[in-house]
Amino acid sequence: MKKFLFLNPIVFLMFFLLFGCFGLKKSPEDFLIIQNKGSDTLVNLAQVWAENYGRINSKVAISVSGGGSGTGIAALINNQVDIANSSRSIKEEESKKAEQNSGKKVTEYVVALDALSVFVHPSNPLQGLSRTELACIFGSEGNCDNWSQIRNTVVPGCKNNKIIRVSRMSNSGTYQYFLERVIGKKKDMRLGSMDLNGSKESIDLVQNTPCAIGYTGMGYINDHIKALCVTWDEGGPCIPPTLENAMNKTYPITRELFMYTLGEAEGEVKKYLEWIKGIDATKLVIKMGYIPSPAYWSIEDVNRLKAQTQGQKL
Amino acid sequence: MMGKVIEEEKRQLSDYIKHYRPKQILRDRIMESIIFLGGLSAVIFTIGIFLFVIKEAWPFLSSRFSLMEFLTNIEWYPVSNVSVRYGAKALFVGTAAVTIGSMVLAIPVGIGTAIFISEFCGPKFKEVAKILIELLASIPSVVWGFIAVMVMNPFIINVLHEPVGLNVFNASIILALMSIPMIVSIGEDALRSVPDTYREAAESLGATRLEVVIRVIIPAAKNGLIAAILLGVGRAVGETMAVLMATGHSVAIPDSIFSPVRTLTATVAAEMGEAPKGSEHYQTLFTIGLSLLLITFSINFISDILLRKSWKRK
Repeated sequence: MKKFLFLNPIVFLMFFLLFGCFGLKKSPEDFLIIQNKGSDTLVNLAQVWAENYGRINSKVAISVSGGGSGTGIAALINNQVDIANSSRSIKEEESKKAEQNSGKKVTEYVVALDALSVFVHPSNPLQGLSRTELACIFGSEGNCDNWSQIRNTVVPGCKNNKIIRVSRMSNSGTYQYFLERVIGKKKDMRLGSMDLNGSKESIDLVQNTPCAIGYTGMGYINDHIKALCVTWDEGGPCIPPTLENAMNKTYPITRELFMYTLGEAEGEVKKYLEWIKGIDATKLVIKMGYIPSPAYWSIEDVNRLKAQTQGQKL
Repeated sequence: MMGKVIEEEKRQLSDYIKHYRPKQILRDRIMESIIFLGGLSAVIFTIGIFLFVIKEAWPFLSSRFSLMEFLTNIEWYPVSNVSVRYGAKALFVGTAAVTIGSMVLAIPVGIGTAIFISEFCGPKFKEVAKILIELLASIPSVVWGFIAVMVMNPFIINVLHEPVGLNVFNASIILALMSIPMIVSIGEDALRSVPDTYREAAESLGATRLEVVIRVIIPAAKNGLIAAILLGVGRAVGETMAVLMATGHSVAIPDSIFSPVRTLTATVAAEMGEAPKGSEHYQTLFTIGLSLLLITFSINFISDILLRKSWKRK
């Protein structure tokens, strides 16, 4: 009798789990899977979108994977995915190939913008840096180790006036984009930077370190650090990283993030892409530190949404 | 009369053997084989891990790998648009720097505490101290990492006025605190295993307590103390999470104790996620893992031999 009593809850639990699983399992007919693959820069945002979309539309599951923009577009050409994510626009030969394979034209959707901001400690007197100065600080061919090499800057509270470079791990999309856009496509970052794991970490480090300089997605910038304006061409204007400048693309370290489909999107895929243009998805864009696409949103709208999303959970 | 009693006892004994011995023997056999399997599995796992790491690293070891590049080049570019380079010199130097730094702090404190607990303090204090030290050992390494980032980092910048707070110094202190409990508890065991006759003999010759410790106890427990130190070194070399957070994660040869570095363990932990399985980068990380395994294995091996020697004396 004692033994039986002991076994009972376990048996009950096993049965419960067994039947519970049967109950949860859905048949494939009433369940559509959208395959979404590509850019690692976009993958975090795409995942958050997919999760949130799953909550409002239980008939669709969106499977998101990274691997890089090229991987995503290659999969689209082979018709293995419904949506390809890319942080660069599709090349002409790629879209031709896709048309040959499927007979459909590739459709492009600009889903968000990605802008990087260069930032320093608030005590740093610099207001802006030029592209050459950035390459001198971060690039493997540069030799700027001391703030005095940048227009004789003296940073108060910074011992020896040494430049502390705060970078990211090489798997980060932010790192890759910064490297390719600012330093050059066939270049390397200089070793000896502090390679951190996340945007939040680099901000935390720079706000505590007077000597430091870092870069991050514009959405992460806060009041405890100083974002610098960037001069792209020698003698050109120094453009501050504001939402306006990013959305009208005058800020030089801005790029568009794309989603591609074969032909015009149809059915559930179309619904999903429509939802991405909508207000809920755009709030997520802002939350994740990206910038909404100017094709669908005005600067005023975005500022209003930004105020709304402050302090909200994802 | 007597014979009858003996007959009766004999009968009882043979009954006992008939009824109970087979069960006991069986139980003993089962227990024995379970324990044997347990012991065997430890050996199998150790060999299995070695073989697995070698297997994963082998394609790189047998093709591109050059020991010269690996040990003497500081250029660690596992991902690059120019050319990938796997020079791990800076990583080896980083590991050595934090290990030496932590041991400079941990050895005097750890051995000193062990001597105090074993030879000088009263029984009540001894109990409390041992419990507290064991508590120190149970703090998870990620919590130490938090202390490094949140407490030590601002302290080093604001009080010591160094440019970076995450550096060799920071990591050394954290690692020292992590390895002290190990050094204390093993060191104390070694001191306690010195027979009391040694102490009594020394005291009867008129030695003071300090003389007893320095001239008699420490020389007698020498091997055990060295083993305690070596195990602390092993802990410092193998520690990952705390050093990942405390060192600043920067591929550079440190020029002072306040320079950020990167260790072998932190590199594997930070880059394993991004390296596609089976790629050259992945194999290189396994090569680093293999070097770590060899380092800690030889340290443990030496300390094991020393510990055995010190036990034999007892």
